[in-house]
Order: sequence, then C-alpha cells, then structure tokens
Amino acid sequence: MTGSVPVVDLEGVTRVFEGTPPVEALKATDLVINRGDYLAIVGPSGSGKSTMLHLLGLLDSPTAGTYRLDGIDTSDLSEKERAGVRSARIGFVFQSFHLLGHRSNVENVMLAEIYRPGSRQGRRERAIAALEQVGLGHRLDAFPTTLSGGERQRVAVARALVGEPSLLLADEPTGNLDSHTSAQILDLFDHLHAAGLTLAVITHDDDVSERAARRVRIRDGVVTAEAVSDA
Amino acid sequence: MPEPVVPGETDLSFLDERDSIPRSHLSAFDMLSEATTALTARPARTLLTALGTILGVAALVATLGLAKTAGNQIVSRFDELEATSVVVRPPRNQPGSNPNSEQQQVSAIPWDAGDRLQRLNGVVAAGTKSDVAVGEALARSIPIIDPLGQSEFQIPVIAVSPGLFDAVRTQLQTGRVFDDGHNARGDNVAVLGPGAARRLNVNQVDTSPAIFLGENTLAVIGIIADVSREPELLNAIIVPDGYARERFALERPAEVQVEVAIGAAELIGSQASIALSPNDPSLVRVSLPPSPRRVRSSVQSDVNALFLVLGGVSLLVGAIGIANVTLVSVLERTGEIGLRRALGATRMHVARQFLFESAALGALAGLLGTSLGILTVVAVSANRSWTPILDAWLPFAAPVLGAAIGLLAGTYPAWKASATEPIAALRSGA
Repeated sequence: MTGSVPVVDLEGVTRVFEGTPPVEALKATDLVINRGDYLAIVGPSGSGKSTMLHLLGLLDSPTAGTYRLDGIDTSDLSEKERAGVRSARIGFVFQSFHLLGHRSNVENVMLAEIYRPGSRQGRRERAIAALEQVGLGHRLDAFPTTLSGGERQRVAVARALVGEPSLLLADEPTGNLDSHTSAQILDLFDHLHAAGLTLAVITHDDDVSERAARRVRIRDGVVTAEAVSDA
Repeated sequence: MPEPVVPGETDLSFLDERDSIPRSHLSAFDMLSEATTALTARPARTLLTALGTILGVAALVATLGLAKTAGNQIVSRFDELEATSVVVRPPRNQPGSNPNSEQQQVSAIPWDAGDRLQRLNGVVAAGTKSDVAVGEALARSIPIIDPLGQSEFQIPVIAVSPGLFDAVRTQLQTGRVFDDGHNARGDNVAVLGPGAARRLNVNQVDTSPAIFLGENTLAVIGIIADVSREPELLNAIIVPDGYARERFALERPAEVQVEVAIGAAELIGSQASIALSPNDPSLVRVSLPPSPRRVRSSVQSDVNALFLVLGGVSLLVGAIGIANVTLVSVLERTGEIGLRRALGATRMHVARQFLFESAALGALAGLLGTSLGILTVVAVSANRSWTPILDAWLPFAAPVLGAAIGLLAGTYPAWKASATEPIAALRSGA
C-alpha cells in the first residue's frame, strides 16, 4: 500500500434493507478516510450509525456502490476473505468492551489473532507488546473482572491494536465510562493517532467527537461533513 | 489521490492484490484450545450439563458388560455338571415311559445300552438305570427282635448296569460296586445308598452282610458316599440289572445315564438314539443339556432389553440437556459471538466452534460414562466373584457415541449462534 491510497474509500455506498416498504438505511454516500485520519461519525440513534459501522467493519455489504479498504474492492470478496480482511486490517473497540471474563488480559488480547492464518508463532509476545502500548504491561495475567472500566477498555484497545490494523473502528468507546476514564481513553486515542494510527469513532457524545480531527454527521441515512474543529 | 485498481488484462498487480488478501482461518489447534477453554471455564456447569449423557452411556456400558459377564458366568456354572450329562429315555408319549408301569417292555432301550454308548467317542461313562417294582416287599437286615424299633422299611430298589456308577460319578464310602460279572450272572448282591444303609443299620461290608427284600436275600458289597447326579440313588438299594430281570421280571431299562466329555453333548445326542435303536431312532428320546449359546442369548436378551431401554432414555435426556444448556450458553455468549465475528470469524467458524464444543462435551461425557460403566461391571463382578467380561470395542465406541450425541445436540444451538447478527450482539452489552 502506498500512502496515497486512502484507508477507507466509499463511493456511492448505499444500504437498503428489504421489506415493505424497503428501508434505505444509508443513502448514496461518498466518504474517504485517509491514512492517519481521526474521524468522528456522529448522529442520533436510528440515524444510520449502526449501518455505517456494519459496512465500515465489513460485517455487512452495501447494496450499491463500492467500498475499498486499503485499495481492496471489498464487494467481490468471499465471506472468508471479508472475514480475513476484517481480522487483519480492522481493529474493533466496543462500548461494552467484550472481554471474556474467564481469560486473563493477555489471553483476551491473544484472541485477536486466532482467525488469522499462521499467527500462532509469537502470538503471546505480540499481545504483551500491545498491552504495554496501552500502559497495562503490569496487568498481563490479571482477569478483566478485577479491572476498572477504563482499564478494561484499554485491554480492548490493545486487542484491537494487535497486528497493526489499518483502521481502528470504535463504537461508542466511552459509553460505559465516567468522564474521568473517558478522558483517559480519549487521551490514548490521541496518542495512537499521533503515532500514525487511523481512527474512526462512532459516537453520539460531543465530548468524544470534539477530540477528532474530522467529523461527519449522519442523519436519516445521509452523511454530511462538519466543520473541522482543529487542524 | 485514490488510484482505484481496475482489473485488466495487463494489470498483474490486481492478481497480486487478490493473492495478498488474507482468508479467515481457524486452525484445528486453536479450535481445540478454544473449546477446552470454554468447557473448563465453568467445570461444575460443564459436568452437570454432561450428567445425563454420562449416566446414559454408563447405563449402556454397564448393561452390555454385565449381560456379557453374567451370561458367561451362568454358562460356566452349567459346564461342570449339566453340560456333561446326557440322558436317554423312551419318548414321553409312550405308555412305557412310566417305570413302575406294567407296560415297561415298550421301551426300546436295550440292556447293553451302556456298553453300546461306551463305544462312542466322547462318552466317558454310560449305564442304564431302572426303578424296580418290588410290590409289597419290605427291606430288612438280619432279623433282630426289637419290639420297640422298626425293623422293616419300604426302600426303593433301583436296578443299574455297572457303568452307571461312573456315569453318575459315584463316590464309595466302603466296599465296592458290582461288575459285569455280577450283572451277567444275576448275582444277588446290592450296593446301598447312604440313606438306605443307615436305615438298614449296615455300616460295614467286610463280611458282606445280608439284607432281605421280602423273600429275597441280598449280600451288601458296598456303600455309596455320594453321587453327583441322580440323588435318588442315595436312598436306594441298588441291584444289578441281571438280578432285577431274574427276580422282579424287569423287562427293559427305564433310562440311560451318560456322562460325556465337555463339548461332546450335541454330538452324542445325535448319535445315541441311532446306537441304541438303529431300526427306529425315534423310539428313544435324548435329553441334552442346554447349549451354552442358548443360555447366553437368553440371559442377554432378558437383561439387555430393560437396561438398554433405560440407557437409551437416559441418553435422550442427556442429549436434550446438552442441547438446552448449549442453547442457553449461545444466548449468554451473544457478545462473545459478535466479538468473534468482528475479530474475523465467519458464520461457519462460529457454528463450528459451538458444534465442536458440544461434541467435545459429549465425548467427555462418553468417556466418563464408559469409565463409570466399567467400574460398575467390575464392582458387581467383584461382589459376586464373577469374571468381568467386556467387548473390546465397547470402551472405544462409547465416547464416539457420546460425541455423536453432542454433535446432534449442538446442531440447533450452533446454527442459532451462526445466525447471530454481529453488531446487534456487540451492542447487547453482554
């Protein structure tokens, strides 16, 4: 991949759900996320944010338009390939962390790679490196149930960072956190952004979206660009 | 700005691109370790889930094992005495079959039946045996005038050929048994069963003490200690065939007792009637010991029928238990399923993981059940001093059965898991 190829390139991407009448959850959308971008996607619930998350995360296919991820046209990929691309190039962070309670932090982070072929070698070392990157190098073998919410989300971020994804896709990452720990996570995002990571954060929280370099708003399936808060 | 890659005949970079696209893949090792982790995360729950299947498999294994063990046990008990005993009698519907009847002459059994059978390969000993109708004749020993004690008794008299003593495995207390010479001459000698000897007050035969049977005098030459077959001999006065024919008009032997070598019963059964009645073998009836095969199959079918049904029901309940808990766990683990999809799992991977988990659980249950079943067989055998016997394939087949049950039980939950919508699952907050 050369630097000129955007990480995400949506061209007229549309998602219509079958039914009577059909629901156009996302109207023809053009959106480019370049390498190193920090994009916030905001909008009230029911606006089409979930559809956007599905599509960006390769968990769903558009009914029209093309979605290129790192220049790869994802519309003609098989399910295995889509899952493979998803595993290798997208790191997910969720509102409710989704850590498995019966596994230690490092085991939870190692889970990121089990669907990647030939990744068993060095898996633990990479997981440890990712945990150190989010500042949890001292809690490797602790269990998520013993951690604070902020720490749990940091473990989840570490899981998303394993294997250096092209895109970190965060869905309401601070929804379950208080303002203090929210700020810590957002600081971590700033830090990762500064290190060159491409982030897309889906949120309805203005505090979160304000930290992003760029902001788009979804309303009734229409995406509009908003003023950039700071360059 | 973006340079979309357009597929074209000369554009080889497109091919490279396709090749570089990673395919999602879950290695067998990872699947195994995931299943192990999932099953060991809550050991108590796993065990309870598997309990139905464990008991079902245990019941099946114990049933099959015990049936086999017990069947073999009963056969080996028969072996020693019953399996070596063949009896030849006149057909049951023949009027002469009643040994006390006057029409005894209808019997087709010849007097030399013992000798004829003795010549067959497989016969250890053979001899005829007939109850003798002595009418009102009472037995007594040397007359002692004892006004208080009873001195005359009604004691059954049995006429035998000398070969019979071996055929019933006679053990002597004292003296001897009569031989072919006594028999041929019709000598008035007698061998007493221990019961008869006690009543007649005879305990020594050195002097061949005389006993009286009505008007007839008999010299006692031996006293029996025990016999293995035909226990009525123990209370009888036993006389030679020849004597009974002369004095009591015994026309035909009532039956022939044959001791055969182990395993020869069937053979002798088919040959004895021809040897004894070559003109019309149907005139004699040969009673064989129950064949080992018949004993085994009847025992097995009796025990098996009930317990196999129980085991089957238990397995069904076990399968429902696994299906139920797996379904609950799919619902509980919605978040995990969504996470796995986000981490690169395909629907197939998710389905396969749940299927594999339930199959592994089933196999584990099968293994535990098999162990439990074998322990039961061994414990029961030890308690009864039996030799535990188990089909060799059983310990291997049972875990496979458990795995199959787990697989079957996991099908619907696995399908349900694979159909989970990832983002909905991820937003469920589980």
